Amino acid sequence: MKDNATEPFVGRSVTRVEDQALLSGHGRFMDDLPIAAGTLALAFVRSPHGHAEIRSVDMAEAAAAPGVVAVITGRDVMARIRSMTVGVKADVECWPMAVDRVRYVGEPVAMVVATDRYLAEDAADLVAVDYAPLGAVVDPVAALAENAPVLHPSLGGNLINERRFRYGDPEAAFDAAPHRIGIDVTYPRSACTPIETYGVIASYEPGEDAYDITANFQGPFSIHAVVARSLKVPGNRLRLRTPPDSGGSFGIKQGVFPYMILLGIAARIAQAPVKWIEDRLEHLSASVSATNRQTRIEAAVEADGRITALDWDQIEDCGAHLRAPEPATLYRMHGNMTGAYDIRNMAIRNRVVLTNKTPTGLNRGFGGPQMYFALERLMDAIARQMGLDRLDVIRRNLVPANAFPYRTASGALLDSGDYATALNRAVDEGGLAELCARRDKARAEGRRYGIGFACVVEPSVSNMGYITTVLTPQERAKAGPKNGAQATATVAIDPLGSVTVKVASVPQGQGHRTVLAQVVADKFGLPLAAVRVLADVDTMRDAWSIASGNYASRFAPAVAGAAEIAASRLRDKLAKVAAAQLNIAPGDVTFEAGRIGAAGNPDNSLSFARVAATAHWSPGTLPDDVDQTMRETVYWTPPELEAPTAQDGINSSLCHGFIFDFCGIEIDPETAEPKIDRYVTMHDCGRILHPAMVDGQVRGGFAQAVGAAFLEEYAYGADGSFQSGTLADYLLPTVMEVPEPLILHHETPSPFTPLGAKGVGEGNCMSTPVCIANAVADALAPDGPAPDIVLPITAAKLAPLIFGDEPVSKEPVPETQAEASANGRKLTGEGRAVVQASREDIWKMLLDPATLEAIIPGSHGVQKVGETRFKADVTLGIGPVRGRYKADIELSDLDPPNAVTLSGRAVGALGNGGGHGRVTLTDTAEGTEIAYRYEAQIGGKVASVGGRLLDGAAKVVIGEFFRALARHSGGGGAGSGPLARLRRLLQSIATGGRS
Amino acid sequence: MKPAPFDLVVATDLGEALEALHQGGTEARVIAGGQSLVPMLNMRLARPATLIDITRIPELSRIEATADTVSVGAAVRQTTLERWEDLADRLPLVRAALPWVGHTQLRNRGTVCGSVAHADPSAELPLCLIALGGSVTLRRRRKTRQVAARDFFQGMMSTDLAPGEMIASVTFPTHRKGTGYAFREVARRHGDFAIVACAAIARHDGSATLTVGGVADTPRTLDLPAEAADLDDRLNEFAWHLQARDDLHATARYRRDLVRHLGRATLKEALSCRD
Amino acid sequence: MPRLTQDETHEVRFTLNGRAVSARVSPRLLLTDVLRHEIGATGTHVGCEHGVCGACTVQVDGEPVRACLMLAAQAEGSEIRTVEGLAKREQLAPLQEAFRENFALQCGFCTAGILMTLDALFSREPDAEEDTIREALSGHLCRCTGYVPIVQAALAVRNRIKGGPIDA
Repeated sequence: MKDNATEPFVGRSVTRVEDQALLSGHGRFMDDLPIAAGTLALAFVRSPHGHAEIRSVDMAEAAAAPGVVAVITGRDVMARIRSMTVGVKADVECWPMAVDRVRYVGEPVAMVVATDRYLAEDAADLVAVDYAPLGAVVDPVAALAENAPVLHPSLGGNLINERRFRYGDPEAAFDAAPHRIGIDVTYPRSACTPIETYGVIASYEPGEDAYDITANFQGPFSIHAVVARSLKVPGNRLRLRTPPDSGGSFGIKQGVFPYMILLGIAARIAQAPVKWIEDRLEHLSASVSATNRQTRIEAAVEADGRITALDWDQIEDCGAHLRAPEPATLYRMHGNMTGAYDIRNMAIRNRVVLTNKTPTGLNRGFGGPQMYFALERLMDAIARQMGLDRLDVIRRNLVPANAFPYRTASGALLDSGDYATALNRAVDEGGLAELCARRDKARAEGRRYGIGFACVVEPSVSNMGYITTVLTPQERAKAGPKNGAQATATVAIDPLGSVTVKVASVPQGQGHRTVLAQVVADKFGLPLAAVRVLADVDTMRDAWSIASGNYASRFAPAVAGAAEIAASRLRDKLAKVAAAQLNIAPGDVTFEAGRIGAAGNPDNSLSFARVAATAHWSPGTLPDDVDQTMRETVYWTPPELEAPTAQDGINSSLCHGFIFDFCGIEIDPETAEPKIDRYVTMHDCGRILHPAMVDGQVRGGFAQAVGAAFLEEYAYGADGSFQSGTLADYLLPTVMEVPEPLILHHETPSPFTPLGAKGVGEGNCMSTPVCIANAVADALAPDGPAPDIVLPITAAKLAPLIFGDEPVSKEPVPETQAEASANGRKLTGEGRAVVQASREDIWKMLLDPATLEAIIPGSHGVQKVGETRFKADVTLGIGPVRGRYKADIELSDLDPPNAVTLSGRAVGALGNGGGHGRVTLTDTAEGTEIAYRYEAQIGGKVASVGGRLLDGAAKVVIGEFFRALARHSGGGGAGSGPLARLRRLLQSIATGGRS
Repeated sequence: MKPAPFDLVVATDLGEALEALHQGGTEARVIAGGQSLVPMLNMRLARPATLIDITRIPELSRIEATADTVSVGAAVRQTTLERWEDLADRLPLVRAALPWVGHTQLRNRGTVCGSVAHADPSAELPLCLIALGGSVTLRRRRKTRQVAARDFFQGMMSTDLAPGEMIASVTFPTHRKGTGYAFREVARRHGDFAIVACAAIARHDGSATLTVGGVADTPRTLDLPAEAADLDDRLNEFAWHLQARDDLHATARYRRDLVRHLGRATLKEALSCRD
Repeated sequence: MPRLTQDETHEVRFTLNGRAVSARVSPRLLLTDVLRHEIGATGTHVGCEHGVCGACTVQVDGEPVRACLMLAAQAEGSEIRTVEGLAKREQLAPLQEAFRENFALQCGFCTAGILMTLDALFSREPDAEEDTIREALSGHLCRCTGYVPIVQAALAVRNRIKGGPIDA
């Protein structure tokens, strides 16, 4: 598209100023920045356990390794910093590195600083940590149980915060309503997983006691205070900078801040700049994820489907530590708990619990996906239970168009909208009638096809005070009010009269620089290319506030608005300067096509640059009421963002967009795979500044939501083992899985923002997962009770519903099972073999270290440490995957010479495993039959990255043990008989004796 | 996430590679495309002392066709085979399966024999090799042997390869007139490891085989009459017999469902395209 | 037979975007690291180091491959092309231009790899069908765009290569 000089840029899809560099490989991302000579690399030692005490950390070998400058433990870090601030009143500490105890797989335990990353990783492997595993808890409901393992003993339990809220008169409404309809909803963990991981470079200047930290942090800059406090320096001794480009964030890069502290300390100890680029395994196991949540939601419903009250009970799982700004995920939506609906009564119970999982943090949608999944599944349940049309139930409850600005029951002030019209337009323009016809036709042909709906109010521009709703009114009164959302923007003019815009918005791909150029170029009548924009941050030089950064969809409504105000102020001044030079009234001055001139008289004009530079070259000629025209910095915060009221009412966000989605989904009859047939998404995000970028945000959010709906899950075993450690396990959608949604817009400008814009981009993460779930539910069961849908919706979950009862086998084989989700990675199996040796002989072998040495796969140096206890070093693995482990083996339940239980535990760099097997010896006609049945559990790195192969691998290793035992008992193994017979024998053992 | 240290031997003829492999013993590994091995090196799951790069050995870089067979050398990349002009005529099953192997960027470096050596139970090429009754030619210093594919694969990532031994080539029997082939697969996403992959071969004599990957520790074959009346029963018994397991991506039950349903569809397709 | 020992560095020579380059590498050094940190060509990005995300895709002898799954030493004698080699002087290539016109990038981190895949595809198959384009793109993860504009850009440049006009 050509830039047309006479039309305003705002509202047009101009090409992005960011793109030429990004397309040419000239972006400046974190790992691209030049580094000072002598900069060291850092690698972390991380916990392989979900929950364990750290008995000792032996660093001697690592410290002596080539290139190593420093090895630093949690205790070393603790000695130099303060605990990070925790957002609720609770007796708990929050350290950026584990001290004495690990609470999630991936938690940093030590850091190694070396001359390069390869050497740092070599040395990290040599840090020997002795752990005493503790019981783990990964389910938030289980974490509340009386006897659950407690993560933080100082808390006395895993509940770190509980609050109850009451708005209107919910009890009376429930009493009066003819129907009480409720559902339970489990929302799993997922994460937005940017393709660029975290990165930090830190240095420390002892003379000034000052840290200089560059990180691909995204804000909010309230975190700057958390980091400075933890590092025990005033804010002016922490210079925080961000790189010009950031490779996606979607909230996640807020969570880099504990690493800023750690890198700062590492640089201080190493006395040199230190750099760390997070790798993908670290990112998946230990950056931040969204919260998982267990919700009970009930509605009081009138006969026509009108909802008069809601009752929420939310249990929020924030993982192992409550890190700033959590529990914000739970409270971000607090003003919006009635969604798009006019519901005046509400009760809310919020509990925040800690479990042995990665700490949580910002993720696109931030609280919306969890909350709307419950609310919109409830809307579906209401329609089903009452036999009403789903759309009718939605329509009857929408906030009416004439009610704006509308104060919700819990205190949000919905700025603008016309929900009913937007919905009706979507129904018409999105072709719902046609979609229904497709569904009916499919069903008539016996196919499984369903349609789902979802309605969402999408908040943007967070009130920095909403998180204080977690405090009681008394606690808030004591702490002082917190509110607002300061946005900053600077517009500057240099001596050549060219314009620079500086904001603290830290974009990660949202094209902020382009939009600001549009806004400011329009204001000054300049070509787009004449305005240069910087959006990265240097806290020592730039204007910023705690609200700065790129989160809560605040750019278009807040930051672009602040830039608009700054440019307007400068323009007003320039108008006065020009008026004096042109001998006209300031009101008659126009800014057009690079010139400042008299309205209606093109000959009477001056070049913009000449007027703009006056303050530099000839300040004495400025009119008396113009101080300077060189720089204008604006701080803007909307008055609507007030602190929570004494009744816990909170206007949690400034702007409220509206989304209405519907979709059609078909389930494949042969494979049970669900497929989106059509998806329609209607958005009201206020005034649209750049249509292509708005659609880009919608599509991007939609794609992530498709991932959350069908593919993505942070999976943990019951023992806290993390099972989604690679991108082959944590599955992001590719071009093949993401259909093109039909995007529609309905614009009702926000009266509260300078440009009328609202945020956009998070909404589909809120609306799409539940819209899909509703469609799948409709496909599975068009009428009657709603099937329970738990994300991600996989074919494996749908299979029993699609294929029905499974046909049994006529000749059942002994099952080898791995229960991946319910019981950690618990493997069970069995096998048998017949050997030519007596029971007594075999029995003796089992108690003899020399035999054990021969039969334990890969063992070297089996030592007898007790009558029935042995220690060994073993090398275990399959194919190229081999690792050294220290193993403890114990024999118990001895019934000589008939049966014995063999228990083992192995710990090594690749992970840890434990298991026990019952071995029985029976005389048969062919010889002694050795039969075994085992149960094993595996955790640590190998469970995180090799889960898919683990069960088979364990089977191979365990099979190898018994093969060796059989060979040994048989009196000479391979040499004793024809090779073919041996192979048959081995084959029969390895396959459980059947195939 | 960087590899642990190793020596790299860049062999330029087979003798050199075999000598280095012999010297390296159990601590040496062959690297060709590296598309399975390098992720394991980067994650430090594998820490060989020596890697032997065989991609510059001309005699391993050939596709050799005889009247009944096609042999693919150990350095032949998957893309090279995919683009081989006779592929569709000689190895229709392999042609159908190759696009399912990872992504084009991986096939551009990954080798056919490397996938066989890696012996992932979900991988497509071992599945084809077993389905077609192919064989693996193994070399070590002063010794060559040929092993039938069904004996070569012994379990999850476990093969008949001995220390000091490497795959020199794999050999596929080629298409005979009157035979129909079909390949189908279900994975979480396009290009992912198969939850279940099915290769069906229907012969003109009315016999058929269904070979299934992704379920048992190695691909397994069911022999049956192409138009068995009790097809569903046979598929069900086969499905149970494979002893499927739950993992992160699918349940054992779903794998059995796919053996029953996808297996049936794959057989039908093979039957319908006999030429 | 060259044995590159782990404790020493060894010279590796290849051409990068038509220019002869050399670097001293240890055998375990990944191609991504030598390109980015030894040679300073930081346009190729690293997203997963296990071959899934596609961000590091470069062309080796004309074919797109994962640079994170290749040892730098294995690049000896090869021709490598990266995103820095696409533009002619300061003029974006048609493929890059189509990406800009179609808003086919947001953060731009995955873009280099995608461009190298599409560039190789269109060199081999200038009139590739949409299915083929999608198939090639399926080896790349993009977390920003939802892929739709990437496919549009690819179709636009294909049409331009075919001789038709392209309009954004």
